[in-house]
Amino acid sequence: MAIEVIKPGLSTSVQDLGRPGYYHLGIPESGGMDHYALRAANLLVGNDEGAAVLEATFQGPEVRFGTSAVVAVTGAELPPQLDGKACPTWTSFRVRAGQVLGFGFLKRGARAYIAVAGGIDVPVVLGSRSTYALGALGGFQGRALRAGDVLPVGAPKDGSREGLSVPDSLRPVPPAVPHLRVLPGLYDFRVTKAALKGFFDDTWRVATEADRIGYRFRGSRALEFVPRKQPFGAGSDPSNIVDTCYPYGSIQIPGGSEPIVLHRDAVSGGGYFMIGTVISADMDLIGQMQPNISTRFVPVDMDRALAARHEAGEQMVALRSSLASG
Amino acid sequence: MTTRMSFGGDDHIFVELDEEMSLEACFRALSLAKAVRESKIRGVTEICPANASFQIRFDPDLIAPKDMWAELESLEDATEHAEPVLKTRVIEVPVFYNDPWTRETLMRFRERHQAPDMTDLEYAAKINGYSSPKALIAAHAASPWFVSMVGFVAGLPWLYQMVERAKQIEVPKYLRPRTDTPRLTVGHGGCLGCVYSVRGAGGYQMFGITPMPIYDPQQSISYLRDFMILFNPGDIVRFRPIGRDEYDAIVREVEDGRFVPRIRPATFSLDAFHADPAASNAKLVEALDGH
Repeated sequence: MAIEVIKPGLSTSVQDLGRPGYYHLGIPESGGMDHYALRAANLLVGNDEGAAVLEATFQGPEVRFGTSAVVAVTGAELPPQLDGKACPTWTSFRVRAGQVLGFGFLKRGARAYIAVAGGIDVPVVLGSRSTYALGALGGFQGRALRAGDVLPVGAPKDGSREGLSVPDSLRPVPPAVPHLRVLPGLYDFRVTKAALKGFFDDTWRVATEADRIGYRFRGSRALEFVPRKQPFGAGSDPSNIVDTCYPYGSIQIPGGSEPIVLHRDAVSGGGYFMIGTVISADMDLIGQMQPNISTRFVPVDMDRALAARHEAGEQMVALRSSLASG
Repeated sequence: MTTRMSFGGDDHIFVELDEEMSLEACFRALSLAKAVRESKIRGVTEICPANASFQIRFDPDLIAPKDMWAELESLEDATEHAEPVLKTRVIEVPVFYNDPWTRETLMRFRERHQAPDMTDLEYAAKINGYSSPKALIAAHAASPWFVSMVGFVAGLPWLYQMVERAKQIEVPKYLRPRTDTPRLTVGHGGCLGCVYSVRGAGGYQMFGITPMPIYDPQQSISYLRDFMILFNPGDIVRFRPIGRDEYDAIVREVEDGRFVPRIRPATFSLDAFHADPAASNAKLVEALDGH
């Protein structure tokens, strides 16, 4: 059983829930940027939640199926088409041998997850099938898909069936102006109180440099630093610190002007100060943000961050039970 | 040294051992990382020692952030007076300094550099008070370097020069980062050296290139079959200058699966280093040369 890539789309890669445990050597977790959508796609086709799927960015691929399979597309509103005929998103459907799965234009969000019953069966590397392109590791030959690639698919588990659907109430719709909740900290004392307030008051725009490594933001005031004699080894720019490890979701602001939020393929460390960290519950949302949209950063405390995480967990529980009984 | 802790979101804790870079701070980061690893605290998913800081990631569904914080605080107290002795390895890295590939690359990015009319080596020599690039290279290769952190991208070592602070080579990073750096470039930024494990963007000054791969995701290179990354934090590196002929020869040996990196076990004592850096370094290098 295999899938042949006819057109790869803009950037389509094999991802699962990632490979934790090697960040101290510079290997990031990788994995789908929107975990919820990835899990949903797998549950719809009867896979384990963490099976490997295709993550398509902004534009869908075109693939031909070697044999019959159950498929589901979740995440971004990227309309699937089977031999040119429209299929629903967030719903499992049958693809017959020889049929071509393509996609219409992106209507909402940024990344779609294409799950196939049985999972994309590329080799497991360091515990995961996820692609880490910067390190040419995992996934399909360590890179985004190209035309002509042939992807192996695993044996489906019993009970994968078509027509299973996620109810509307459990399909996240990214807001027009997403608010990313941030726990301030790390090196936020490097900028003035007024600058910190300005950072949270201003509206930022997603730059075109927005990928699996990180999202860059533009369009607001540069931040003013608290003057200091730079510590030995930090470098001369006021935004420099002695190179340190970067948390996932951390917000660095090189030169004080353009914030970068690190995501699943994060560079693990470097020498730029960080103003805080996007809370874990909002990481999926970043994966669905398109370039040029407006965004706000909203400061929260730990209690609110944990409440948001709990809420996200509850939604996942609801999704599981909906699809188990559905 | 003043320790400072901060949450990084709801699933990381960041510990800064010192604002400035030093071997002491790096040792503290390494011993704290070891203590966390050995304590097997439930819910810890990443343990990352850095140059003068340390970070863990944890699953807040398994351990509450405030409990994780308390665990780290107690481990921090417990390791504060640990004897600064490290059982480690010395690894020889052959370097073709002033090579044609980094030179070609740096010429393409001159407009992003502080001194567009000089090469990176000429500039680094000048601002560090060396009479020529040759003299800078001699200093670069003369003393061992401490792997103070591994990361940025897969397998890239940050290297701290094991000499008195006044003698350390210090250079600014490029004004704007390059979009290209040859794989295995030996670079320098701030007081830290590095070896670029993969081709890609970079802001460090470029001094040379090593023919010895340090990261192999295919795990086909003989000495990277067991694990794809050569360096660990705490390793000690000696750079050995080589010319074009030896560079080409090593490239061929690597391709044929015949190349064996020179690696020897060693014990490094921070106190002994501070008492007499030259003698301590000589002993480390001796271990490498098998005397």
